[in-house]
Amino acid sequence: MVDTSLSGFEEKEHTADCKLKVWGQDFPQLLTMAAVGMYALMGLQLEKEPRLERSFRIAFSDPEDLLVSFLNELLYYIELEELGFDRFELKIDDRELTARVFGSYIASLSKEIKAVTYHNLKIEHSSRGLEAVIVFDV
Amino acid sequence: MVSLSDLKRINDYEWEIPTKVNENMQVPVRIFATRKLLESVMEDQSLQQAVNCATLPGLVGHVVIMPDMHQGYGFPIGGVAATRYPEGVISPGGIGYDINCGVRLLSTEIMQDEMTAYLEDLASALNHFCPSGVGVKGRLRLTDKDLEAVCREGSLWAKKQGYASQVDLQRTEESGRMEGANPTSVSDRARQRGRDQLGTLGAGNHFIEVEVVDQVFDPQVASIMGLKEGSLTLQIHCGSRGFGHQICTDYVASFQNAVKRYGIHLADRELVCAPLTSPEGQAYLSAMRCAANYAFANRQVLAHYARQAFEQTLAGKINNWQLNQVYDVAHNIGKIEWHTVDGELMKLCVHRKGATRAFGPGNEELPEEYRAIGQPILVPGSMGTASWVLVGSEQSMQRSFGSTCHGAGRTMSRAQAKKKIYGEDLRKSLQAGGIHIRAGSLSGLAEEAPEAYKNVDEVVETVIQAGLARKVARLAPLIVVKG
Repeated sequence: MVDTSLSGFEEKEHTADCKLKVWGQDFPQLLTMAAVGMYALMGLQLEKEPRLERSFRIAFSDPEDLLVSFLNELLYYIELEELGFDRFELKIDDRELTARVFGSYIASLSKEIKAVTYHNLKIEHSSRGLEAVIVFDV
Repeated sequence: MVSLSDLKRINDYEWEIPTKVNENMQVPVRIFATRKLLESVMEDQSLQQAVNCATLPGLVGHVVIMPDMHQGYGFPIGGVAATRYPEGVISPGGIGYDINCGVRLLSTEIMQDEMTAYLEDLASALNHFCPSGVGVKGRLRLTDKDLEAVCREGSLWAKKQGYASQVDLQRTEESGRMEGANPTSVSDRARQRGRDQLGTLGAGNHFIEVEVVDQVFDPQVASIMGLKEGSLTLQIHCGSRGFGHQICTDYVASFQNAVKRYGIHLADRELVCAPLTSPEGQAYLSAMRCAANYAFANRQVLAHYARQAFEQTLAGKINNWQLNQVYDVAHNIGKIEWHTVDGELMKLCVHRKGATRAFGPGNEELPEEYRAIGQPILVPGSMGTASWVLVGSEQSMQRSFGSTCHGAGRTMSRAQAKKKIYGEDLRKSLQAGGIHIRAGSLSGLAEEAPEAYKNVDEVVETVIQAGLARKVARLAPLIVVKG
């Protein structure tokens, strides 16, 4: 269970697309909240059973690159396997993310996100740890 | 942040952001807008994004911004940027994730007064035959070989499968098939996403509409296009679906390294680009053309399904119910074209992001029947409002790289629209206005409410007054099908 007092997300105004502010105490938590926030924007609801697990690795050149790639990976699972996740075990070393993610098939989805963009994306330190504003093409 | 005082007024419909506004600008920005339309975007990032775009290497002329502009991610929507071939760059973000999102218009000889009793049934039939909505898959399952054929052949593939006529192909930009599309440049992920989405509308602002021609401005030109006052038309707005989204995602990611390799400095990472002749640039051009061909085929298959819906509903009840292709245009695309810039004929890569090609009369790219009148331009309005049919002008060739606006342009965020407008209220109000709605999601409907967009009539009037196009006809919606 994610502690939302220390991490969270908030939808921000954008004329045409969707903008999400996310924050977390550390980088894995920031990625987790970005995933939870993106799913919320999409109105994603999961089936209770069966529970499923997937593992993947993502090589990256900088933190913003990883944030975009991680979310795009989740979009790919939505489209190809109709899967969403609600528990994330993320290990990050200098240049690679190792992820074990747990979830189930999608019960409903109300909005399509075409892609996660790099637009003005910067992961910054704040009093809450790390935060970023992500723009999604919808 | 760019302010109104940074802008130089050329005339009532044209403004310029000079290069002195930002030392990295390679060319000025030319904006086609009234003062009112300009003021409506001062609070978002449209103009700043246009300035950022003007810093890309190899640009020529101006970065051109249309009156339906609004903030995007990287490039503003409603933007045209041309780089010189071969020394310029190509930017996937300057084309967008929905590669070859575009519009197709079909005409009929059906008159509105003979259709009243059948509109409700036709709305249901279109909704049934044309798959739409979030995550909805199509009826086709393409093998890898089929998908490669779609990539290479676009609408021609659709014709071989019985989904298109020769006239459909002739009356499509690029005849529905861009040359130079090599599927080896397309990732496995894009292929996986493309296999079951051909012949689907998707969601968001994509739609199928049945309209009535409510006003004709140029009867002679309208008649050449098969448009008559009081007759019905059908419009399809969609693109390359997950196939195109994945191709753009793949190349925006891989170009992050390319810009470092080629020493390109960017104002925004979403503007990543690569030299046109570099291996990266060539691979993207090829993949982008595969997605463009997929989108042409997608709109063609949807047109076939719409024809089935018309046949099922109207055959034996109404004579001449057939749907005839008027034209199909892309508004998110990169094209290699020849244009005259500062008196010099140049080969260019023209990025159109939320802008429609608008070639003037005499252009050899146009089908024979349209060569004398100019290219048909399709400008869909927001849901429940008018759409426009225009033709390209000589001036668009000289001033906007043969381009014009692509729609009304958003002015209110989706979040704000959902707060202000209830989907069910909107559905009732549209229905009370005589519009038959089929929508997959009420919240999605609220996001696309007319209040969330600029007035399309004002946008069109601006490009007309600026000389970028000429009016042909206005279409009023009768049926709207949305995912």
